Amino acid sequence: MTTRLFGEPVQRREDARLITGQGRYLDDLGAGALAAAFVRSPHAHARILDIDVSAALDVEGLVAIYTWEDLPGALAEPLPLLIPHPALTHGRTAYPLAREIVRHVGEPVVMVVARDRYLAEDACALIRVDYEILKPVVGIEEAVRGVHLVHEDVPGNVGAHLVQEVPGPGGAAARDAIAAAPHTLEFRLDIERSASMPLEGRGVYARWDADDGSLRVYSSTQTSTSVRMAIAAKLGLPLPKVEVVAPDVGGGFGVKIVHPWPEEVLVPWAARLLNREVKWAEDRREHFISSSHERGQVQHVRVGFDDDGRVLGLEVEILHDHGAYTPYGIIVPIITSTQLLGPYKVGAYRVEFSSIYTNTVQVTPYRGAGRPQGVFCMERTMDRIAAHLGRDRTEVRAANFIQPHEFPYDQGMTFQDGRPLIYDSGDYPEALRLLKELIGWDSFPEAKARAAAEGRRIGIGVGCYVEGTGVGPYEGGHVQITSDGRVHVSTGLTSQGQGHETAFAQIAATELGVPIEKVSVVTGDTRRFGYAVGTFASRAAVMSGNAIALACRKVREKALRIAAEALEADPRDLEITDGTVHVAGVPSASIPLGTVAVLSNPLRYAFDEETRRATQFAGAASDDRPPVAEGEEPGLEGRDYYSPVRSTFAAGMHAAIVETDPDTAEIRILRYAVVHDCGRLINPMIVEGQIHGGVAQGVGGALYEKMVYDEHGQLLNASFMDFLMPYATEVPHIETAHLETPSPLNPLGIKGAGEAGVIPVSAVIASAVEDAEGITIARMPISPSDLHHLRLTPQGAPGSDQ
Amino acid sequence: MNETRHRVTLTVNGVLREATVPGRRLLSDCLRHDLGLTGTHVGCEHGVCGACTVLLDGEPVRSCLTFAVMVDGHEITTVEGLARDGELSPVQRAFAECHALQCGFCTPGFLCTVTAFLRDNPAPAEEEALEAVAGNLCRCTGYQNILKAVHRAAELQAELQAEPRAERQTELRVEEDR
Repeated sequence: MTTRLFGEPVQRREDARLITGQGRYLDDLGAGALAAAFVRSPHAHARILDIDVSAALDVEGLVAIYTWEDLPGALAEPLPLLIPHPALTHGRTAYPLAREIVRHVGEPVVMVVARDRYLAEDACALIRVDYEILKPVVGIEEAVRGVHLVHEDVPGNVGAHLVQEVPGPGGAAARDAIAAAPHTLEFRLDIERSASMPLEGRGVYARWDADDGSLRVYSSTQTSTSVRMAIAAKLGLPLPKVEVVAPDVGGGFGVKIVHPWPEEVLVPWAARLLNREVKWAEDRREHFISSSHERGQVQHVRVGFDDDGRVLGLEVEILHDHGAYTPYGIIVPIITSTQLLGPYKVGAYRVEFSSIYTNTVQVTPYRGAGRPQGVFCMERTMDRIAAHLGRDRTEVRAANFIQPHEFPYDQGMTFQDGRPLIYDSGDYPEALRLLKELIGWDSFPEAKARAAAEGRRIGIGVGCYVEGTGVGPYEGGHVQITSDGRVHVSTGLTSQGQGHETAFAQIAATELGVPIEKVSVVTGDTRRFGYAVGTFASRAAVMSGNAIALACRKVREKALRIAAEALEADPRDLEITDGTVHVAGVPSASIPLGTVAVLSNPLRYAFDEETRRATQFAGAASDDRPPVAEGEEPGLEGRDYYSPVRSTFAAGMHAAIVETDPDTAEIRILRYAVVHDCGRLINPMIVEGQIHGGVAQGVGGALYEKMVYDEHGQLLNASFMDFLMPYATEVPHIETAHLETPSPLNPLGIKGAGEAGVIPVSAVIASAVEDAEGITIARMPISPSDLHHLRLTPQGAPGSDQ
Repeated sequence: MNETRHRVTLTVNGVLREATVPGRRLLSDCLRHDLGLTGTHVGCEHGVCGACTVLLDGEPVRSCLTFAVMVDGHEITTVEGLARDGELSPVQRAFAECHALQCGFCTPGFLCTVTAFLRDNPAPAEEEALEAVAGNLCRCTGYQNILKAVHRAAELQAELQAEPRAERQTELRVEEDR
């Protein structure tokens, strides 16, 4: 069938506009809008004593200056705590503009609106804020000592504390299982902060229509529907009077799921108040110090295992640096503590985390969302077990795998969506077999020996993960076929470069039997679809993909019903090919979908030749039935939702070969191999691209990227000059192989793919560097100077207790 | 406090354009906000990411590190000027064909950089192609498909030079219904 497009590497439909400069990103909109800029705190922890704006008042083009005291009603309250959790006993969120206390460098204190951004920044520079500097709390260990507090009313700086315990097969508690195990190891691991760092920062542009009493807001967001509800609530506007559009978004990677940002409520508020269009586009320094970071954790691990390396008990205590506020709840440490288990059965498991406040930028999900830390923990553990027993690292992993016949597999925990952590499908032994073949695992010792003979150090590493994707609660899709035969698809979640316009069009074209050229897709526009959750957690393809498929099936059924009547045929004998409904095997008995759309909508008024056929004197309708039959609706359209009982679990395994320079300690990745299983692929080209990009971000997190705070809470590397994201020269060629274990949970059998690439990279690189150097790696990222210092530090061999 | 403004005359994508700007106006802001050419994007405002790269008299420059008044009388090519008569350039076609972009924000900078590179080096070796794009940041693609696209663009460019213009058919279609 010509219209079967699901699974094909269809070229992206987004590209035509994006390669010609016709994309519309946030700051490309609103020519002539007033510009907002912010005075932000230069201190990590301080009390605001006075704000003097008098010097700024003479700035040419100044329109308005606002501080917290100007904010009315709900706008003056703290921003919402988006995901409450019973364990988050001391959740704290910021005010849109600081009230009395600032808790991190970069917290907004004053908003300025002026004719353009240059002038707004001129005014910001002239506003004088007097602060009484308070003792900043920086670093997890300093914070847990609790000597100084980030929030006066949060003792010990502990925002949340959660324990999950899964007894072993005989009901044994983790501690007892570890104590009784033939071997035990205990060690500490550290992961530092990184950040999403999309190339387009955040941004908001608001247009108030005073005549209509309505507000249209554009935001570079990962959730336009929820931003809309937040704005309506904060501004006290009726929901139907607020529309939010996510235009082309220049990358998200998690940071843009947080909402409403202070700017997201302040800019619309100012636009309404001033009755002028107002826009704010974040600059890079603002993004570093005023949005979100992620990753930073300290982990204490105890593990007990048998002679084959089978884990009998595992106990992990996590200290999670949450920064100054917790608007996104404790999703990140929950994911770390649950997804840590990966593809393994670990016997008895106990995990405990404390979410700790520090006077730094808040921590919210960044691609991988806590999984890279969990996988780092588990995979470092596997490597240490292997080293301790003198066994091959892949053998130890294989000894712990959940087997293909054991699905669905219940890990006995509660996942980030509040649902049981039950893996739906997978084939981990096969994935490992593929990976070992792809990287040449078994022949590596010879390669290593050859390299050593030449005075070169090379090492191989491996890492496995399982990723819960496609979390609920739901997404929806709307599909409408119009009388010109075009298919209009919309879904509420947003796009940040994932190619949804293409992938969703492939699904619709396949389901409906229409050429893809006839299909157009709109995402993230509340004017088109008002109900959605958002784009995060590798959920868009699973959630909206299935919702759109279900909506298409409704439309298809209706089209066949109407066509059957017109063709005097049985709907069961009909099929749709290239946009035409016809009797199977009889191409001449046919009717185009456009005509079916005309017939689906009984008309009084014709607006063109085609629609004359649906008017009341055209003679098509029966005299003894209402034109729109009971239970029917006019129009060839359908809406449906997909709401899964729980997440679907994708998986993957990566391996890398690295070379470390004996003199300079530089670390170079020679090869990088990925085996990836996200169920059925909608578009393999797009999935591959997601993996490449994820691995590149993982390489950044493993070797280059970290947020360097000094003891005063100043972010020392808040620019692209100093925060080292990989260029083309730092990212290795990525070799990929796919495994497809369809998800039994959704109609299309798909699993999410967006985050996968990034998840195991730090674990894999640590494993490979350790293999090359024979030095235990317990902290990531690792720079040449870190490695150099490790070489100078006396320590035990990998696998010994530390 | 009124700023002195200066009249600048630029040839942008072959068209003579005028703007009156303060001395501190960046070329990137002038192109985007004074001339309405928003295809040039700004990712870092300090010359590191390369998203704002445009061609100044044919050579790639960071428009966020260039004042508009400095380029008075010069020729600028932006991403909007790479396609000719509605026909995509080889570099643009190769980027789409090789899936060398995802969010597309950094893409205009890559397209301008690669356009100038392939003009000077129409058949680059792998190392040369890697060097050519190593001054531009992309957070989405991992660069693998960008490198593929550089080589594909070189092929397309060579084909283009080998065949007469009238026989070529490329599409420039921007989706409607958005």
